[in-house]
Amino acid sequence: MSPVTKRKKDKFSIPSKYLLLILTCVCVALMAVTFFTDYSATPLNKLVGYVVVPFQDGVSRIGTWISVRVDELGELRIILQENQKLKEQIDELTVQNTQLQQDKYELNNLRELYKLDEQYSGYEKVGARIIARDSGNWFHAFTINKGTDDGLAVDMNVIAGGGLVGRIVDIGSNWAKVNAIINDNSNVSGMVLASADNLMVRGSLQLMAEGVIGFGQLNDSQNTVEVGDKVVTSNISDKYLPSILIGYISEISQDTNNITKSGKITPAVDFEHLEEVLVILKTKQQIGD
Amino acid sequence: MKRNIILFFIILCGFVFQTTLFQALSFGGISPNILIIITVSYGFMYGKKCGMVTGFLCGLLMDIFYGDVLGFYALVYLYIGAANGVFHSIFYQDDIKLPLVLILASDFVYSFTCYVLLYLLRSRFDIIFYLKHVILPEVVYTIFVTVFIYPCILLLNRTMDEIERGDNKVV
Repeated sequence: MSPVTKRKKDKFSIPSKYLLLILTCVCVALMAVTFFTDYSATPLNKLVGYVVVPFQDGVSRIGTWISVRVDELGELRIILQENQKLKEQIDELTVQNTQLQQDKYELNNLRELYKLDEQYSGYEKVGARIIARDSGNWFHAFTINKGTDDGLAVDMNVIAGGGLVGRIVDIGSNWAKVNAIINDNSNVSGMVLASADNLMVRGSLQLMAEGVIGFGQLNDSQNTVEVGDKVVTSNISDKYLPSILIGYISEISQDTNNITKSGKITPAVDFEHLEEVLVILKTKQQIGD
Repeated sequence: MKRNIILFFIILCGFVFQTTLFQALSFGGISPNILIIITVSYGFMYGKKCGMVTGFLCGLLMDIFYGDVLGFYALVYLYIGAANGVFHSIFYQDDIKLPLVLILASDFVYSFTCYVLLYLLRSRFDIIFYLKHVILPEVVYTIFVTVFIYPCILLLNRTMDEIERGDNKVV
């Protein structure tokens, strides 16, 4: 009965040379299309979203569950001790809190007087879980489990623990790819909070190993910027919302041109142990309108 | 047909585990490259065409999720799959040296290509650093994982062969 199987094989007998040529052409065409146009493969994004993301979600859920259980067992004793201490702290903080609330009330009144509305503190945010990370070792982008169905869009900023994580660069209906600011191909326009000097925060694979991000093009002629200064996103960035904390300057040095300075920033976010992030449901463009 | 479905599932599983499980098991931010193991294995087990298709699918999956340009990884994996297909004629199932050498070489070529096209062209010249901190660790880790994964792929394919042979007899 071999003819039956033979005929099957004959059907697909394109010589491998031509198959290679055809697939190469397909790749080149795809690259050309995505590079020269804004077409971002939405149907493909949707399709893989339904095929791959549920699996990733499931596997990472199981993984998280196991690691959480393991951690729980180990930390139970420490937590009990901590609990005692924290209870004492609560009492202390309650007293402080009442005082602060009074202060806040006063502050709000003063703000109203100054007509400084809190433009940027009241963004609507949505939480998302990281379900997968970049499969290669060159870049450290990651996938979160929410997409266009949850109201996300490309260029929305992603934060965690009060600091900037990155922004959405690619999206499907139930997933979104986040490009982290520590990534080698990421540049963020930042600003030193104390002196309002602008700088460029540049991700680098080399510095990633040390847990820091590089920065450059800091124009600080007055020598006011110091180690420990807060760096936030600047208001001239066209992708990032202003005044989101990036990190703290940990090293600073004069460039060889004697005009600008560069150095390193310790990020506010712990990128190694990132599991959950918040996505701000507004893009810079929308706010500008 | 059965074989194609299984191949598709292997690629899918490879991708899912590479992006989740093996990211959690990464040493110093370096995780093994499962997709290259799959591409290379299918390349020399079933010849050029199969290697090409496997590579193309693996690469495309990476492109869709993590590529900047659609088709870049697909192209790299495509050629790796095709190149490994050349070794189909000297492949013996019991020999594990050839697969190890081929996977090692392929992963190195893949990483180096990535470095040249994605980093060197953006004037990141410190090749020694990238060699020491990304390329070599990835190759070593991948080889280590290969020792466990390759026998599984081999076993699966042997089983498939037997099932197919059985089917033919019945027909």
